[in-house]
Amino acid sequence: MNQPEDKSRRSFIGAAAVGVAGLGTIALAPGLHLVEVSQANPTSAPSQGASSKVRWGMLIDTTKCATGCDVCVKACATENGINETLKDARQGSQWIRKIDLKDPKADHMHSLPMMCQHCAEPPCVDVCPTGASFKRADGIVLVDRHTCIGCRYCMMACPYKARSFVHQPLTEQNPEVPRGLGCVESCTFCVHRVDKGMKPACVESCPEGALTFGDLNDKNSEIAQRIARESSTQVRADLKLNLGVRYQGI
Amino acid sequence: MALMKRALVGFAAVLLLAPGVSIAGAAKPVITIENPGECIAPAEEMRRNHMEMLKHQRDRTMRQGIRGEKASLNECINCHASKTTGSVTGKGGFCESCHTYAAVNLECWDCHQPKAGKKHAEAAGVKP
Ligand code: HEC
Ligand code: HEC
Ligand code: HEC
Repeated sequence: MNQPEDKSRRSFIGAAAVGVAGLGTIALAPGLHLVEVSQANPTSAPSQGASSKVRWGMLIDTTKCATGCDVCVKACATENGINETLKDARQGSQWIRKIDLKDPKADHMHSLPMMCQHCAEPPCVDVCPTGASFKRADGIVLVDRHTCIGCRYCMMACPYKARSFVHQPLTEQNPEVPRGLGCVESCTFCVHRVDKGMKPACVESCPEGALTFGDLNDKNSEIAQRIARESSTQVRADLKLNLGVRYQGI
Repeated sequence: MALMKRALVGFAAVLLLAPGVSIAGAAKPVITIENPGECIAPAEEMRRNHMEMLKHQRDRTMRQGIRGEKASLNECINCHASKTTGSVTGKGGFCESCHTYAAVNLECWDCHQPKAGKKHAEAAGVKP
């Protein structure tokens, strides 16, 4: 149960029940009316919301990923308004970062982007004491910052070091991407874009086309077809977290 | 302190619930409507219920990914932002002037951008 139990939600369920019963009225009792009913009308809602039929995922071809290139990291920062002047450089938020791997024997350098892997079994969700860490029906793992108390258990639990904590007040947020002091944050797969049918900023920005985004459950999608045909790896597959992000060439 | 705050808010609520009744001498909050037209619900209902609407919308968008509904906070801001400052906060800001009067302190602005965003407005197809 991801939904925090609150009065307005309960009244919404109540209203839905009334609707099913066919009474078709907003007034439950004299003087008691529900404003939510009008908003719940599906015809007035352009976006139907996250569906459990979908599982969003990303396939990263590291053979196309150039050492020293950080276009995806910059695109992420621009899109998500990660632009604060840091009081302490060590405290910067990293929703996505570039990692260089070196095979000392072969002297082979290798570069890849690392971010939230959008696990099907996310440890961050398991440890969250408030239910703020949650997984959407479509597999996107998020922090509901309205319920995050900033305890940072999830940062400890994440095997991928994918989460950051905001240490200072922010003022220049992108209106579509609220973020602020005292909360944990991480890659959202650009949920505000995905919900509008767009791709995450990093995917669109990559000059090499190394990042593929799509629905893992849709057999006709490019990502599902490639994962079915080509070999790909889950980082720390031994943890059996069933990752949404897959890598090739590592 | 908390008791005093609640009493104050209660007092404000009484004032707001009875728009016809004015108490002589009591200063009223200055509410500037920048874009005349209609709100998402009648003004009386907005005064009384906007916090519940926002809280409900918050969970629908955050948890379920349902977007484009009426009670979106960004939509309030796009309509209600001041033409001079571009914001709903600050002195005389739509949300702020009323809340200062009613001794309400919103932490929403720690994260939410109180300025109407050009980018957002374009994306949502809303004229600021
Ligand atoms: C700690 C950060 C934070 C604070 C504080 C915060 N929010 Fe949010 N809010 C978010 C994030 C993150 C989202 C998700 C945005 C998205 O996915 O589009 C969001 C989304 C929303 C939405 C849905 C998007 C929209 O524009 O309609 C509403 C409504 C909302 N918040 C209301 C509030 C209200 C009201 C408050 C203050 C009582 C508040 N929030 C305080 C971070 C915050
Ligand atoms: C389409 C533009 C628009 C949007 C969106 C909008 N408003 Fe309004 N709002 C108005 C207008 C115009 C009025 C004045 C209506 C009147 O006086 O009858 C108003 C009035 C109000 C009032 C009553 C002010 C008073 O006179 O006491 C409140 C409170 C309010 N709005 C809050 C909100 C909130 C909160 C949201 C977002 C959930 C919102 N509005 C979204 C246009 C808008
Ligand atoms: C007509 C005056 C008025 C206007 C205008 C107004 N508010 Fe309010 N608001 C109130 C009052 C009074 C309360 C406190 C009610 C209570 O505590 O019962 C309140 C409470 C809230 C709360 C709940 C605060 C909490 O801590 O639970 C939120 C969220 C909120 N307002 C958002 C907004 C936003 C956003 C705007 C601008 C778009 C706005 N309000 C404009 C009068 C107003």
